[in-house]
Amino acid sequence: MQPHNRRDWMQRALALGAAPFLFTAARSVPAQTGEAQVVKIVAQRFHYTPGEFRVKAGRPVILEFTSIDFVHGFNMPDLKVRADLPPGFVTRVPLPIAKPGTYDFVCDNFCGDQHEEMHGRMIVQA
Amino acid sequence: MKNRRELLKLAALGGGAVYLSGLAGQAVAAAPKAAATPYEDFYFVQLSDSHWGFSGAPNPDAANTLKKAVAAVNALPEPPEFIVFTGDLTHTTDDPAERRRRMAEFRDIVSALKVKQVRFMPGEHDASLDRGAAYKEFFGETFYAFDHKGVHFIAVDNVSDPGARIGDEQLAWMKADLAKRPADSPIVVLTHRPLFDLEPKWDWATRDGAQAVDILMQYPKVTVFYGHIHQEHHHMTGHIAHHSAKSLIFPLPAPGSQPARTPLPWDPAQPNRGLGFREVEAEPDTANYRIREFGVARA
Repeated sequence: MQPHNRRDWMQRALALGAAPFLFTAARSVPAQTGEAQVVKIVAQRFHYTPGEFRVKAGRPVILEFTSIDFVHGFNMPDLKVRADLPPGFVTRVPLPIAKPGTYDFVCDNFCGDQHEEMHGRMIVQA
Repeated sequence: MKNRRELLKLAALGGGAVYLSGLAGQAVAAAPKAAATPYEDFYFVQLSDSHWGFSGAPNPDAANTLKKAVAAVNALPEPPEFIVFTGDLTHTTDDPAERRRRMAEFRDIVSALKVKQVRFMPGEHDASLDRGAAYKEFFGETFYAFDHKGVHFIAVDNVSDPGARIGDEQLAWMKADLAKRPADSPIVVLTHRPLFDLEPKWDWATRDGAQAVDILMQYPKVTVFYGHIHQEHHHMTGHIAHHSAKSLIFPLPAPGSQPARTPLPWDPAQPNRGLGFREVEAEPDTANYRIREFGVARA
């Protein structure tokens, strides 16, 4: 069964242990979202699309996930950001401003036979 | 068992594949409560990650590897007192009927083990897609404790939750279970995923593993044996040693050594490379655990 409204979504996310992320995320949303770089990502067994993307350093980044088929996870350990991605909703994940470099992320909710192949990469360019 | 301990010490001195884990140098007399307990050495075997039902290029012999391991364990010159199987008994499938078929086949194959005391634990491939429902039908509870010759064993389930959480309920159970023991009891934790952040980029972690380690840190004689990463690995968190085991399906790369955690390619010249099991010689009086690694084709 899919969650039907924001309350259901919140309850599901809380049940999955996402509370620390939710409240941290609420504080870290950039005030000037107009300047943020928004990257839309589809999460589907067993890949993210796009699996690799580039952003400019020094500007906020917001990832907008749409999960198709599972409560996939998003975990970017180097920036200490993780989220659950319930299907049927757009999950906005603000990232802290990062230095130029490569940042790997992974699905950390076991989603099936090729779960181990569900990962991606963000490249922050100077 | 004294002779066996001495033999293992000699093997270690000779450069053999023996890993010593524990509180080296701690004398029996130095442990107040140990003096009241008649400790006796024993040894057990750890098998892990057979992924029964897997097929693919990383192991063209997948239909036989588990059977070879069973034969190799049966061929040990001295049988272990028990065997532990630290998860991923079967390879995952979306089909509940196929999942049960794989578990039934796995159970049939390991029934050929001469040692009948076998303790099972689930891995995420067994339990994450149905929160352990099929696993429980075949193998019982996903977390439990037992005692053997003065050592307290705790099997921790960090896989039935697809988010790799042990969960508050199990953590509370673990805390209460340990509280019943003398503080200096030898404790062995058996689990599937690493309890520490070994390589979070590869999902080699337990989301609330730090809480489990915090509980365990209150006890001076704790050692952890786990699976999941398909290779031998040794790590300390404070005084707690964590030892991962090889798999019985395909080896994985060293943590973080390459961009993705893809299986190491199968080598026809060395078809069993990186596969194996281990025996663990427990010395409860000193909380030492001597580890010897074996290949699956040893028999």
